[in-house]
Amino acid sequence: MEEKKIEEGWEPKIMAFVCNWCTYAGADLAGTSRMHYSPNVRIVKLPCTGRIDPLFIIKAFENGADGVLVSGCHPGDCHYTTGNYHARRRWIVFKNLMDFVGIPEGRLHFSWVSASEAIKWVDLINKITEEVKKLGPFMEYRGLKK
Amino acid sequence: MEKELREKARELLESGEVSVVIGYGWNRRKTRTTPVFIRKPEEAERLIFNPLCVNNLSVYLTRKYPDIQKLGRPAIVAKGCDIKNIAVLIAEGQLKREDVYIIGVRCNGVVYRQELWKGELKPEIMPVKCHNCDLREPHIADTVVGEPVEFTPPEEPVGMVFDKIREIDAMSPDERWQFWMDHFSRCIKCYACRQVCSLCYCERCITEKNMPQWIETSAHPRGNLAWNLIRAMHLAGRCTFCGECERACPVNIPLNIINQKLVLVVKDAFEYRSGYDPNTHPPLIVYDTEDKEDFIK
Repeated sequence: MEEKKIEEGWEPKIMAFVCNWCTYAGADLAGTSRMHYSPNVRIVKLPCTGRIDPLFIIKAFENGADGVLVSGCHPGDCHYTTGNYHARRRWIVFKNLMDFVGIPEGRLHFSWVSASEAIKWVDLINKITEEVKKLGPFMEYRGLKK
Repeated sequence: MEKELREKARELLESGEVSVVIGYGWNRRKTRTTPVFIRKPEEAERLIFNPLCVNNLSVYLTRKYPDIQKLGRPAIVAKGCDIKNIAVLIAEGQLKREDVYIIGVRCNGVVYRQELWKGELKPEIMPVKCHNCDLREPHIADTVVGEPVEFTPPEEPVGMVFDKIREIDAMSPDERWQFWMDHFSRCIKCYACRQVCSLCYCERCITEKNMPQWIETSAHPRGNLAWNLIRAMHLAGRCTFCGECERACPVNIPLNIINQKLVLVVKDAFEYRSGYDPNTHPPLIVYDTEDKEDFIK
């Protein structure tokens, strides 16, 4: 395994898979309200959390993400009625699987952020960025590329 | 038992109730068992059943084998554990209960690998599933053959797989990563695990989809990890722990551990055990508003 050395000036890459109707609108609200939050997050908008295949998360890590966030509507608020309930079941299994193969807990986050929760979004991103910064670059996974 | 089995098969074929009996037979040298497809009543003599009959024949009921489906209504010789897979196939709408005649066999356990057979069935050569088997008396069958078996499974599951799961759970993330990378890096992407699995019945597997290429097909650690993770994920809540994937694996990746781990997760989170009731939906296609979400912030 490669030595974990955090280079100076290194900034984590965080992928956020968010749903179109709640979290994306929440992030948008944070933007239009001119709130500041860490710029390390790259947002991918999907129609619904139910659309987020676990492969997206694996692929994100494969391509060099240091952390992944998955976020959508609060239970009961899904635009498609049940998408987030199905997604939640999938995450319960997937999170346990990722733990079991040794992806550190701090690299994979799940959250519910509604369209009005810009403040929660800002706090969440700042918190995750801090956490991933502490863990350093995800060399275990990225090292596989070579 | 074999006499009973052959008689039943002959009767079914003669009456035309089924057009093929999928069962076990000897290879030419009578050293290993192999799947046989009996289509004529007089060939029913070829059917056997003994502890070498490890294969899960339910894979031949899936759409992976259109040639076998074309033969007509099948009867299948199945142990309790094999019937679990048939139950999942029925639950997932791959098969109707009346489309298959199940000849359930009462089983005393099988060997882990046929190579290990030395003429006697000892606990050391039996797979973990047999030590914890609660289906020695087949639970879904049209007819059951064999002598009743006296066996009570232990209250808490025992065996190497469960010990190993506990051991991995106690490791640090780094150690777990190292453990799995050691194993997955051996993967040669032969897809034997998928081919032998009766629940991997997708006509086009995710690994064969290349627009975009989701899973790298070369035998490289990165794609190996993605492949093994996603196969475990696709079997979550469906895998019945028949152990065929690990048995088929030419490089001995302990797939039973990862699959059984998810069986335990699903049992714990959704109180569901696959393969027992063909009339309930698999847990990942339904939901409950009360699902636990302690990890979602």
